[in-house]
Amino acid sequence: MEAIRTDNLTRRFGDHIAVDHIHLTVPTGDIFGFLGPNGSGKTVTIKMLTGLLPISAGRAEILGVDVARDPDRVRASIGYMSQKFSLYDDLTVLENLRFYGKAYGLRGADLERRIGDAVDRNALSPYIQRQAGRLSGGWKQRLALGCAMLHAPTILFLDEPTAGIDPVARRQLWDLLFELSAQGMTFFVTTHYMDEAERCTHLAYIYYGHLIAEGTPDALRARPDINPPGTHRFEITAPAITQVLKCLKQWPGVHAATIFGRSVHTLVDAGLAAADLERELALQGLAVESLHPLGPSLEDVFVELTHRHQRELEHSP
Amino acid sequence: MIGALRGLEAIVYKEAIHARRDPMAILFALIMPLLQMTILGVAIDTNIRQIPTVVYDLSGVDGPGGEYGSYDSRALLDRFRSSDTYRIDRYVHSDAELNAALVSGAARVGIKIPADFARNLLRGATAEILLLVDGSDSSVAGQAVNVAGQIGLDESLKRVLPEGARLPIEVRPKLMFNPDSRSPNFFLPGLMAVLTLFVTTMLTAFSIVREKERGTLEQLLVTPIRPLGLLLGKILPYFAFAFAELLVILAFMRLVFLVPVHGSALVFLMLSMSYLFANLALGVLISTKANSQAEAMQLAMLTMLPSIFLSGYIFPRDTMPLIFYLLSYCLPATYMVDISRGVILRGAGLAELWQDAAVLTAMGIAILLLAARRFQRMVV
Repeated sequence: MEAIRTDNLTRRFGDHIAVDHIHLTVPTGDIFGFLGPNGSGKTVTIKMLTGLLPISAGRAEILGVDVARDPDRVRASIGYMSQKFSLYDDLTVLENLRFYGKAYGLRGADLERRIGDAVDRNALSPYIQRQAGRLSGGWKQRLALGCAMLHAPTILFLDEPTAGIDPVARRQLWDLLFELSAQGMTFFVTTHYMDEAERCTHLAYIYYGHLIAEGTPDALRARPDINPPGTHRFEITAPAITQVLKCLKQWPGVHAATIFGRSVHTLVDAGLAAADLERELALQGLAVESLHPLGPSLEDVFVELTHRHQRELEHSP
Repeated sequence: MIGALRGLEAIVYKEAIHARRDPMAILFALIMPLLQMTILGVAIDTNIRQIPTVVYDLSGVDGPGGEYGSYDSRALLDRFRSSDTYRIDRYVHSDAELNAALVSGAARVGIKIPADFARNLLRGATAEILLLVDGSDSSVAGQAVNVAGQIGLDESLKRVLPEGARLPIEVRPKLMFNPDSRSPNFFLPGLMAVLTLFVTTMLTAFSIVREKERGTLEQLLVTPIRPLGLLLGKILPYFAFAFAELLVILAFMRLVFLVPVHGSALVFLMLSMSYLFANLALGVLISTKANSQAEAMQLAMLTMLPSIFLSGYIFPRDTMPLIFYLLSYCLPATYMVDISRGVILRGAGLAELWQDAAVLTAMGIAILLLAARRFQRMVV
């Protein structure tokens, strides 16, 4: 049985369609990455799946249970960590955990055991008597995760869990997700970070309410529409990178070019070899530090898919 | 039933900690009513005494403007003085001056005694005096007119009746329950209803909306806590607090303002619980409706003002226009003013007042269920 399944899931706000007939299937034990620009419908989707927002049309099932029909049964089997820290600042770490445990109907020895477990897993023990409002961002996030997983949910929804926390805390959080995932917990994670997307087992990309790509990271990178036959991809590093980009975009045979830091990723006809590119740039007076072939990154994939989707929208009546 | 209240214990646990962490708010909520009670208890005296009065007496032998007037006018003015209702501040010497004193507010009453006053008395004709009363405060004006009429009638009777005659009818009024007509006795029991109203409604009016503002509500809504469990869980800790508050106010009234409690304090506390519950439920309803604490504050004010004016605490309900009279039945404070005055002043008990408590309890339950339904709709 799938952990999450949606059919034509749709949410309207007046005339605006925030989520437009999306189909999602999330296998049990997955770390499912849900990507998309800000305001594209990621949070709205999570809120519909967790029963926080009514569904306008279509349906969503969590572990085979219809979210709209039996939200109480769904709530017992899911955990949710919202984008914003949403625990009680004036309660201590321990009190927050105890409150959420009680809220999920845990009590007595069972409650204490699970609190102990959540404290150990998130390494919270030095802070259990500290008020949550006095924790730093990373520790707040751990506490939030601890509260969300206290009742041993089958599925955890994490809405941008790593926004605004430092890289070390980010890595630790992901390590914990992998560990829990290995024990059979399913994760539905939204993120902006491409390196986090790479670590997910499945990805879905939503763009202004439309689901435009879905699959494993490898499958997405290998998509034939991303790597059309008769083309190949280069990474060019150069001091005057914006001029390089401008030049590339004017040449026939160059399909796409995007800046990544100090380099440009470009998709060109197979007829154009590395030496050809270097020579042409030299003719324009542009020095090149390095130029080598490259497979598509996930960012390439999403940039390309977004452009294509925009073109389709412009051409459709 | 247990299912509908799921999460109650967790919420009570959490709210009790919130309250403990914010002792200033609790202290404030406890001190404020005592402060207000002190101010109102000391400041408000509904018995009207010593109304500032000016006199323009033309009846003196030395003609207009005479300082001392005539023998008869002085005797009459002495009666005014000794009534304790009027305080004659000064004499004026013209109609313009008399008028000016009233317009400026320096005097509330002006007594004009015409030049022929003493002469007419002597002749056995009707001697008139003019009483100018500032009508801008109706209770003062009413008292000034009534007492003056009484004095006029008394003096007339004295002159008309033969020496040693008795009045055929005499009315002897007796003020029950508040024989000395002490203002605090009348005012404070009603004030109690208003003071607890403020504290209780405010406490819960902020409770849900605060979680909305801080974003913690969303996290609560994904737990299996049921709306009724959440709302009742918000009410219970504050109920305990409001009850403690009521005890303090009652003790304060009894020990500091020496207002006697004629009925049973225990019965009073029992009946008052229904009022606390109704107000706390109302606060919760406000909280589900408002989107910010400021909005909650305004909504709470909107419900509290009619309670002050229409509950009978300040103005008697019997003289209200019908629509307001009916409206006053919708306000919990109306019933509480009745309970409070009933037990404390009249010594009434359960037999007389159980209906008030029953109505309040029913109101509280209805409001709470309404709030839970509103809340249910916020969630799927």
